Order: sequence, then structure tokens, then C-alpha cells
Amino acid sequence: MMASWFRIQAIFFKELIQLKRDRMTFGMVIMIPLVQLMLFGYAINTNIREIPVAVVDQSQTSLSRVLIQTVRATQVVKFEREFQDIKSAEDALKRSEIRAVLIIPHDLGQRVARHPSSGFGSYASSDEETSRPIAQWVVDGADTAIAATIKSLRNMPLTELVSVKPANRNTPTFEVTLFYNPEQRTAVNIVPGLIGIILTMTMIMFTSAAIVREREQGNMEMLITTPIRSIEIMLGKIIPYIFIGLIQVFIILGLGYVLFDVPINGGVWSLLAITLLFISASLTLGLIISTIAKNQLQSMQMTIFVLLPSILLSGFMFPYEGMPVAAQYIAEAFPATHFMRLIRGVVLKDLEFTELTFDIYWLALFTLFGLIFASIRFKKNLG
Amino acid sequence: MTHTREPEYVIKARHLTRNFGELKAIDDLDINVEKSRIYGFLGPNGCGKTTAIRMLTGLLTPTSGEIEVLGLRLPQDADKLRFHIGYMTQKFSLYNDLTVRENLQFIAKIYGVTGKTQKHRIAELLSIYGLDQKQTQLAGSMSGGQRQRLALAAATLHKPELLFLDEPTSAVDPENRREFWEQLFDLCNQGTSILVSTHYMDEAERCHQLAILEDGVKRADGTPQELMNNMAAHVIEIESSDLRQLKQALVQMPEVITASQLGARLRVLVHNTVNDPIGFISQNSNVNRESINITRPSLEDVFVTCTGNSRQ
Ligand SMILES: Nc1ncnc2c1ncn2[C@@H]1O[C@H](COP(=O)(O)OP(=O)(O)OP(=O)(O)O)[C@@H](O)[C@H]1O
Ligand SMILES: [Mg+2]
Repeated sequence: MMASWFRIQAIFFKELIQLKRDRMTFGMVIMIPLVQLMLFGYAINTNIREIPVAVVDQSQTSLSRVLIQTVRATQVVKFEREFQDIKSAEDALKRSEIRAVLIIPHDLGQRVARHPSSGFGSYASSDEETSRPIAQWVVDGADTAIAATIKSLRNMPLTELVSVKPANRNTPTFEVTLFYNPEQRTAVNIVPGLIGIILTMTMIMFTSAAIVREREQGNMEMLITTPIRSIEIMLGKIIPYIFIGLIQVFIILGLGYVLFDVPINGGVWSLLAITLLFISASLTLGLIISTIAKNQLQSMQMTIFVLLPSILLSGFMFPYEGMPVAAQYIAEAFPATHFMRLIRGVVLKDLEFTELTFDIYWLALFTLFGLIFASIRFKKNLG
Repeated sequence: MTHTREPEYVIKARHLTRNFGELKAIDDLDINVEKSRIYGFLGPNGCGKTTAIRMLTGLLTPTSGEIEVLGLRLPQDADKLRFHIGYMTQKFSLYNDLTVRENLQFIAKIYGVTGKTQKHRIAELLSIYGLDQKQTQLAGSMSGGQRQRLALAAATLHKPELLFLDEPTSAVDPENRREFWEQLFDLCNQGTSILVSTHYMDEAERCHQLAILEDGVKRADGTPQELMNNMAAHVIEIESSDLRQLKQALVQMPEVITASQLGARLRVLVHNTVNDPIGFISQNSNVNRESINITRPSLEDVFVTCTGNSRQ
């Protein structure tokens, strides 16, 4: 037992020394969370604003200018160009100079007058006359997020347009109360999720090469003639990276709090418990890769093969519930998916880890069986 | 651990065979290694030295055959054996990005040598192998010979009964090689049994016993002296003016195993089916008998005789 502990320690300290000497890797440990946090925190924004658009104003009236003003005031779009005819506007759309074109027809005045929201109350004599929208958006639909945002302008109120006080101000059907992120700031959702992404990336990457590298450099031949056991090698290689993972979590949450004002609602112990579990699970996944791959290139390929779906399906970018059932099953297989639920629960909703038992058990079992699997696969033998 | 028998063998292998697909890397090898002796594997590149050592250390599973090392059956008891053997791999297998001392500390911890014992043992090894001044140097930045000494220090740290050395001196100059062998004899005197592979004749000659391997087959086995005495060829040296042409002519004959030029002389190995080699040579060339001498065989002659057949 004591001897076993010494052997784990031997590997552990050796890994630490090697890591300390490997400036590049050591730098990555710090730089990856820093840079990613900045990138994701500032760049990713699901509240899309200031989409570049053009206008084709066929009416050229003061009314049309007020309409443009009103649309501009929403800050959803930014009018960058003006075209005389629809054809040249569509060309600009094709060249991606703009994302959408607002086409204002000649008869804008009439249309506004007939529009129900203008409240002039001229009732429908014929449907054709009354139900026509006042203008048209031609949108580059390739990017669904942009398309959806412009679609949301469809029911824009026209109160500005008609100087009459609106008679029929809409009473919403539902009242919506937003818990946990009332101001709807993206960073609040992104930063905890980012912990999952960064840990998945770095943890799997570090360990996926761990065994292969020693095999490639010939250290393994020496190591397996010593009394060390497979499981001891596995544990000795995992433990240093657990600390590294914790440093990264500390960086992300700390900066998230300072820069993006992301609250940390849950208990520190719950947070520590779930991150430790997830770090172990990710490291185990990396070790499994390392025992399967024959060289470092293969291990890199397998890492990317695992990394992409585990990030994309984790619920970090697209809500889990919106995925097809088959994708949901695949997502369940990756530790990142479970962690994403756990970390958002603990950081944003102040859940205790006892309330998230399914995901906790899943990560724990994954680690346990993964370690056993990796140790069995790693035969202390050359063939 | 070991049982008293006469003589006492630390390694016994019977019908040891290992195939890699079609290739027979080791073919029906029988060897016995005596306790406290240096046993050598001599053979050209690719003859199966490393493969044989890997099987004898339990790293590689034989395709067939039986192995008993220090009274333990392999590969079943490989785990138990690991405490009692040391293995110095052909390629440097310690960590290049660790210093000399860190490497030794690592190995010490792996073998459960800790605390004061560890400190003393490492200090002892550093002085034996002349690495005192290099303690804090990264292993990767040392010269070939220094690295080899470090590897030997690491392999002997836990005082193994049996030491496997796979081409330990391949990167070492003759001066250092001699010193290295002094250290092997010291270990041997302290009771360590050593199995060493090499393709240097001068090294092979220092072994107590020797097996000559070729294409995975053992061609000869015995003490260097026995091998030289029982060689199946006469060694002839010829002094003559036109050695190049003479050589061309002689190697054509089936009785001649090889001929090689040594300065102003031609060294010819003639099969011992020929009774009068001097007469045989002078008949087949226009060299007179006075210029032809029979000399003592060297280990190289033995090696060439044993392994020559398949190469021609
Ligand atoms: N893992 C392997 N897979 C396939 N063939 C192998 C493997 N290991 C060794 N061989 C083959 O077995 C033969 C013996 O190889 P081995 O490494 O034992 O030779 P060696 O005597 O140690 O040579 P050297 O002096 O160059 O070290 C070679 O032909 C080699 O190609
Ligand atoms: Mg070899």
C-alpha cells in the first residue's frame, strides 16, 4: 500500500517537473482560459444588433423617412446603403455587403392608412386592401440567427409613424418573468459554460498524449520492467492535471465575476465537488484515448474527434432540448453535457450538488469505469 | 528465490520462439545463464538480440517455448520478477527533460527506495558512475557516454540480482567502454548476474560465456576460448604483393569462408574439411609456402565463420 503510494507520487512529481520545464504547455494552461474567456465573453452575443442593411425607398416621402428612423431606433439594424432599384440592392445582398434590404413601396401612405395598428379604423372592405404589410424586408437567410432577428421586426409597433395616440395598445397574452438572468446578458450563461468547454479541451488534450508520448520516446519500455502497476501510472498522470484544471476554473470564474459581473450563487463546496468530478472524467477520457492511439498524431486526431461533438452537443451553444432525440442520446454520452447542467445549476441557480444527483452519478461512474478500462487496455506488455 | 543446483542458472530458456507475422525473429533458442556470470549475446543488426531480451524480461510474450528466470516462470510471473531484475534498454529510456538526480530519484521511488536510504544510494551511484558533477544537468543534454552511465546507474539502483543490458556501449568511445566494463565486473563480483548484448568483438571477448545469434538462430554457444578452439575453420595469413587479386581468386573457392585484407596481409578462413590449408592455398595461388602462416583464431573469425554461410 505504502509502496503503491510512493510509485504514484513518483509519477506525479515527474509529471509536475516535466510540465514546469515545458514552458509552452505551462503557458497554455493560463492562456487558454484567459483568451477564450475574452473571446467568448465579448464576441459571442446572442442579442444581435446593428445588422448592416440597405434601403430602397420607392416612396420618397416624409412618411418613409420617419419609417426608416423608427426602424433605425430599434438598433437592430444599421442602414449602410441606399439603392434606387431593387436589382442593385439584391446584388449587394449577394455580395454580402449587407444582410437585408428594406423595400418601401410607392403607396406607403395608403398602406399605413389601412394598417390596423394605425388605428384609423377603416374596416376591411376587402381583405386584399386592409391586410397588406406596409413595407418588405428581403433577407439573406443563410444565417438563421440574423434572419430570425429581422423576422422579429415583423410586428414592430407603428406608433411613431402615425401621430395619433394608439387606441389599441397590445396587452400581452403572457407575462414573462425571467429568473437567474433577468437582464438577459449572454455572458451570464456563457461564462459557466465556458468552464466546461475549456476543461474539456485542455484536460482531454493533456492526457490524450500522456501514454503515447512515453511509448514513442521509449520511456515505457523502461517503466514496464519496473514494479509499477497500470493503475498507478494512470493515477499519477491524472492527479497533477486536476490541480491545473482547478487553476483554470479559478481564472474563469474570477475573471467572469470581475469583467462580466457573472454572479456565483452556489456554494463553493458544491462548485469544487462538481468541477473535480468533471476534471477527473475528462482526464479519464483523455487517458482512454491515450491507450488506444498508436502515436501522438493519432491521439490528436481522436481528441478532436471527441472534442467537437462534445462541445457542440453539450448545450453550450445550442440548447440541449432543441436537439433531435438521437443527438440528445449522443450528447448524454459526453461528460461535458452533464457538467454543463451541473455548473449552470450551481453557479446561476444556487443548486446544491445533492439536487443534481443524476449528473453527479453519471460523471462519477464514467470516471471509475473509464479508469478501469484504461488500466486494462494499458497492458504492461509490449505484445 | 533461487534453488541450489550445480551449476546454478539464473536464466533457462527452452525452444524460445517469437514470430512477427511471417518473420521468425527468434527461432527455437535454448540458453542457460549461470549465476554471477556475464553472458553475452553477439550478433549483427536485426538478429533478434533485443527481441530475446524483451522475452526474458517478460516484456514480450513468446510465440512458444519456456522461460524460467530466477526460478520464476515467464510470462506468468512477470510481475514478481520485476523487483529482482534491472533492464537497460538499447535506446535511452530515462526522461530527457529531467536532471540526472531527478531521474534517479524517480527510479528510487518507483522501487520504494525512500528517505535516507534513497539519499545514500543516489550519492553512492553518482560517485561510482562519475556523475557527481552532472547531478543538475538535464539527461537530454548529456553526451552519449554519460547518458549510458546514468542508465546503468538507474538500472542497478535497486541492486537487482540479474541485469539485462541491451547494447549498453553503442554510443561510448573505447576508453569509456573499458571503464564501463570494469564497472560490470565489479557488479559481477558482488554477485550480480549480467546478460549483455553487443556487436563489438572486444566486448564479446570479455564475457564469461557467449551466444552468437544470427537471424534469430543461435549459431554457437560457449566461453570465448571454447568458441575459438572449436572453430570449424583454419585461419591463414598470407603475405603477398597483389592482395586484391589474390582475394578475388580465393573467395571463389567453396572451401574458403572469407578473405579480408589487413594492411599488407590477407587473412583467409579456410573450412576445416581441408587438411593441409597451407598446401591448399599455395596450390590454388602462386604464393610460395613461406609467405603463408597459420595463426590463432580471433573471436571475429569465429563470428564470421558462424554467421558467414547465409551471407554469401
Ligand atoms: N514489434 C515488432 N514488429 C515486427 N517486427 C519486429 C518487431 N520487433 C522486432 N522486429 C523484427 O525482428 C527482428 C529482430 O529485431 P531485434 O530488434 O530483436 O534485433 P536486434 O538484434 O536487437 O538488432 P539491433 O542490433 O539493430 O538492435 C528484426 O528483423 C526486426 O525487424
Ligand atoms: Mg536491438
